[in-house]
Amino acid sequence: MIGIVDYGAGNVASVMYALEALGIEAVLSADPVVLSTADKIIFPGVGEASSAMAKLRLTGIDSFLTSYREPILGICLGMQLLAAFSEEGSTDCLSLINGTCRMFDKSLVKTPHIGWAQVQYNAGNALFEGIKQNDFFYYAHSYFLPEQEETIARSENSTIFSAAVNKGNVYGVQFHPEKSADAGLRLLKNFVQLHVNNREEQA
Amino acid sequence: MAVKRIIPCLDVKDGRVVKGTNFVNLVDAGSAVELAARYSAEGADELVFLDITASAENRKTILALVREVARAIRIPFTVGGGISTVQDIENLLKAGADKVSLNTSIVKNPLLITEAAKQFGSQAVVAAIDVKETVQGYKVFIKGGREETGLEGLAWCIQAEELGAGEILLTSMHKDGTRSGYDIALLEMLQKHVRVPVIASGGAGNMQDFLDAFKQTGVDACLAAGLFHYGILAISELKEFLNNNGIAVRI
Repeated sequence: MIGIVDYGAGNVASVMYALEALGIEAVLSADPVVLSTADKIIFPGVGEASSAMAKLRLTGIDSFLTSYREPILGICLGMQLLAAFSEEGSTDCLSLINGTCRMFDKSLVKTPHIGWAQVQYNAGNALFEGIKQNDFFYYAHSYFLPEQEETIARSENSTIFSAAVNKGNVYGVQFHPEKSADAGLRLLKNFVQLHVNNREEQA
Repeated sequence: MAVKRIIPCLDVKDGRVVKGTNFVNLVDAGSAVELAARYSAEGADELVFLDITASAENRKTILALVREVARAIRIPFTVGGGISTVQDIENLLKAGADKVSLNTSIVKNPLLITEAAKQFGSQAVVAAIDVKETVQGYKVFIKGGREETGLEGLAWCIQAEELGAGEILLTSMHKDGTRSGYDIALLEMLQKHVRVPVIASGGAGNMQDFLDAFKQTGVDACLAAGLFHYGILAISELKEFLNNNGIAVRI
């Protein structure tokens, strides 16, 4: 069972529908006790970083996420909140991965960055298994995480930025897999299977 | 960088898609969910649903439709029509819409843009602006084109961006349904003044019109309705044409 973090931010309905299309059972909850029973966590997010972090702290979801040991997938703002810091509202984030999220330079590119962009991923990461190199994914964001050590996929929007990150059990994607047609659905499926594989290794 | 987008627009009345000329003479063009699924399969980058019967008693109908569409398709979509409060917006986003397009309500209450952007992010807030060329220049119209306002077209677009809109959907009413091409002069002017993505609407008649809009004005997306609904132009064919003519699109 997949736990989807519900903290009032983001288009969680579409994530639920995408999982439904894959035949995967999911529960939407804001309660760390309920979420801790899930085999893995999807952490969506649309909105503003500082108010999102405030809500996570209020509900104790912040410490739940930092202590959770099964796979986590942050989506869009959810991925940015996994980082150490965001310039949006000068926000201290979860520090599950490194880095500082910055805003696109409006003098160079239209902001928000909205639409479909190509993604180049590092070969060998199971999250992108079966997905074409340079396939398109859908983005809707004004802030980005620069390329860094934990970057496993990248896109470009006047600057190269992290399209996906991975460190241990923690994964994040800047794009919206639930809105990225077949490639996005495949990525969500890969995330779920990744979890199954982990279980088998542990057994 | 995000590639250029092709966006079919579905004017919805009681769950059915309708299309008229210059906002009147409506005729039935099919089931909204069926058309949405067809466009998604043909390669549409995104969809816009405009609820043209928007009224209080109709809110539940549109929410049910949004849920049905979000279940059926895996591409982003925007919903507009009769949205006047932050609560309306929250209901639509929770039902599965990615963005809302605001038109009449933001002319009456411009701060709705700011409140919505603050709560849901500017990427969820599309300012839909209907303009018509008059003897006094481009004027903004509201209520589905029925009421003229004192607002000047370009100035209102700029203000909408400043208030927090994440995209501008500009419809040239004098072009709507005419198939005589997008309003290149107006779009070119707008491009110079705003730094959020712009969606061109009104006047598409053939593939060349899309190419002209992308090449000559640098808009980020082109929207069309009747052209797609009646099968005059297939989205896959259009995108291939654009790609062959130097416009990067998702294929």
